[in-house]
Amino acid sequence: MTAMLELRSVSKVYGTGPTQVNALVDVDLSVERGEMVAVMGPSGSGKSTLLTIAGSLEEATTGEVLVDGLPLSDLSADDRARLRRRSIGYVFQDFNLLAGLTATENVALPLELDGIGSSAATVAGLEALRSLGLGDRADHFADDLSGGERQRVAIARAVVGNRRLLLADEPSGALDSVNGEAVMRLLREACRRGIALVIVTHDSQLAAWADRVVFLRDGQMVDHTVAPPGPEFLLSGPEH
Amino acid sequence: MSVRHALLALLTEGPKFGLRLQQEFEARTGEVWPLNVGQVYTTLQRLERDGLVESDGAVGDGPQKGYRITSAGQRELETWLQTPPEVHVPPRDELVIKVLVAIRVPGVDVRKVVQAHRRHLIEVMQRYTKIKAQAAEDDVGLALVVDGELFRLEGVVRWLDAADARIAQHAPIRWTTDTTAQPSEPKAEAADRR
Repeated sequence: MTAMLELRSVSKVYGTGPTQVNALVDVDLSVERGEMVAVMGPSGSGKSTLLTIAGSLEEATTGEVLVDGLPLSDLSADDRARLRRRSIGYVFQDFNLLAGLTATENVALPLELDGIGSSAATVAGLEALRSLGLGDRADHFADDLSGGERQRVAIARAVVGNRRLLLADEPSGALDSVNGEAVMRLLREACRRGIALVIVTHDSQLAAWADRVVFLRDGQMVDHTVAPPGPEFLLSGPEH
Repeated sequence: MSVRHALLALLTEGPKFGLRLQQEFEARTGEVWPLNVGQVYTTLQRLERDGLVESDGAVGDGPQKGYRITSAGQRELETWLQTPPEVHVPPRDELVIKVLVAIRVPGVDVRKVVQAHRRHLIEVMQRYTKIKAQAAEDDVGLALVVDGELFRLEGVVRWLDAADARIAQHAPIRWTTDTTAQPSEPKAEAADRR
């Protein structure tokens, strides 16, 4: 089965000569449908660069990025833009909702930008909001929503339509831990429906929701967790 | 975890048999803390000896013997709930010792040691999170138990992160690989050498 996202020996260099910075060095990463992968690392380790390259917002200096088996380097700029609009959803730390639009309008926006008629986009937007328990907030302006609600709208916007790859940068932002957990439950549910998810975070509690955690340091992938055998072992440890 | 006080708390709801106490204890801690029935009966015997519970007088310790909390038991429970746990005595943390030793031993890559422990801790956190993810969202008892473990482990991971940064900045460390930039140098210089 083709991985939903594949990075093959991806490097990213900023600047030249004495100011050159190797933001990513030979990174390999493969994320399957329905899989949640967390990327952890200190500030400046290359986490955000990895996400922008995976989302085709930036190009790799060397190496190859494939989304659903399609090498991004084979696509024209227009095709890449279409892929970003149709197949990839983004969730940002500060939600990035448009304040002058209602929750539904915010969620419907990427569909409209993709040429879908306004009424069809609104229906899809409403449906996405309802599935996240925000049906009664659909007509509220983004500014009138709580932090937790705003992040749920942002997730609805990221999954609306037929997105297959979700990229999240510190998706629980400044939310408290219980609201942050609610965000992670929603993202897990998106994975259960087959979406591949990459989440970049420095928060170990968020990362622990992932199937796999990879560790970046100085642009290199230095380590990863192995698949957990399940919770049973916790019940038999000698410490209990 | 005080099994003694947990049993007293369960008995405030009314008289119960030992087996039922064991089942309720496990159910309310999300089965994260398994408790065998022998432990329950031993604890009940001690509570009875101390006058904190009384039994209905059935012979032996079999499932037919019921227990109720006494007024002394009620007072003991109230006192215990308000008594702060021991947090002021620093434990001799094995992990802290390992990292301290790793700094001193020639040929040891401290960052590798730190990363090995970080990975292990996060794997344990993944397992706890799985318990929470699979439970009903309204299972508050289980969420509290699991959160307690997760916050504790998160604290250890944050200590490792801080240790990593601190060691990189200050200690004269022997690096065993030259593919990794020394973080004490400006990134541009490190990159330039590659």
